[in-house]
Amino acid sequence: MAEFALPKHSKIVKGKEYNLDTEVANPRKVNVYRWSPDDDENPRIDTYTIDLDQCGPMVLDALIKIKQEIDSSLTFRRSCREGICGSCSMNIDGTNTLACLKSIEDVKGDINIYPLPHMEVVKDLVPDLSKAYEQLTSVKPWLQSKTKPEDGKSRKQSPEQREKIDGLWECVLCFSCSTSCPSYWWNGDKYLGPAVLLQAYRWIADSRDENTDQRLEELEDSFKLYRCHTIMNCTKTCPKGLNPAKAIGEIKKLQLERK
Amino acid sequence: MKNIKTPGIAHWKLQRISALAMIPLVLWFTTSLMLTILKGYDSSINWLQSPFNATGLILLFGTLYFHASSGLQVVIEDYVHHEGLKIASLILIKLLSILLGVLSILCVLKIYL
Repeated sequence: MAEFALPKHSKIVKGKEYNLDTEVANPRKVNVYRWSPDDDENPRIDTYTIDLDQCGPMVLDALIKIKQEIDSSLTFRRSCREGICGSCSMNIDGTNTLACLKSIEDVKGDINIYPLPHMEVVKDLVPDLSKAYEQLTSVKPWLQSKTKPEDGKSRKQSPEQREKIDGLWECVLCFSCSTSCPSYWWNGDKYLGPAVLLQAYRWIADSRDENTDQRLEELEDSFKLYRCHTIMNCTKTCPKGLNPAKAIGEIKKLQLERK
Repeated sequence: MKNIKTPGIAHWKLQRISALAMIPLVLWFTTSLMLTILKGYDSSINWLQSPFNATGLILLFGTLYFHASSGLQVVIEDYVHHEGLKIASLILIKLLSILLGVLSILCVLKIYL
């Protein structure tokens, strides 16, 4: 059965508190999920108080500040700090998003930070995405064609054809959407999830790809595709403002036309 | 990812078609319920003796049990992860809905005929 309660070793306990030595005008508490595979301890929430006047505007800035100045053991992924690499996806203030795009100003009260929900945790805020990457590989997210380009160099697209992949190519594969989807929580081993399905549709919708029918055939499976029950968490949470639910709807429409 | 592929479009389509079919059927049935059936035994029997009403009710029962069983199937596939238990519940639901569907339709026919 689906598990509705956390297993014993996953119950979260209260952790350490790191307070400021001096009084500041603009303090803010940051509660961060901590767990390490190196000891047998349960996950805990550590609380760091930081001075917002000495911190950059984004939640990622706060995390980097904590790591640099308070607790170097804090572990999280980050790279580009501008919403392009998709590394720093995590659950902030109850919503999956990219820490680098989430403004501290938009969070009322304490800033609560957890790893992406319902994924195995590697350490602290780092989820294990290997299964998700494996699913991504399964939809062959690259251009497939048998014919050679007309001029031997490039495959041309009309502006209208190009427009069809707008809202799809922008995905940075942060998996905020997939990990916000209850269907993916319960059946993540079989359901491909919104992020991967959006990628699948990105190549289905691409006029240069010649393997559309084979791609649709691969997706025609009651678990891979049809576990989407239009819950729409994916679209609501996407930090890039994309609409994976619509992409999934388009795939279903194409399946209808095919059969 | 070595799962056996089971097609999904037919189920998805039929679930939506049955949902759409139920909109007029349920509206018609609740209106009839208010106007005649709730007025008493004799008027209900009278109502059911019209071939149109009997046909409508048979269609409603058929769609209703079909839609209910296909909806429950999705719920079970979503939440029951034990393979044996899943198959057993799916079979049980299919059998129960066929049983209840046939029983309901026979009841309508009995009164109508």
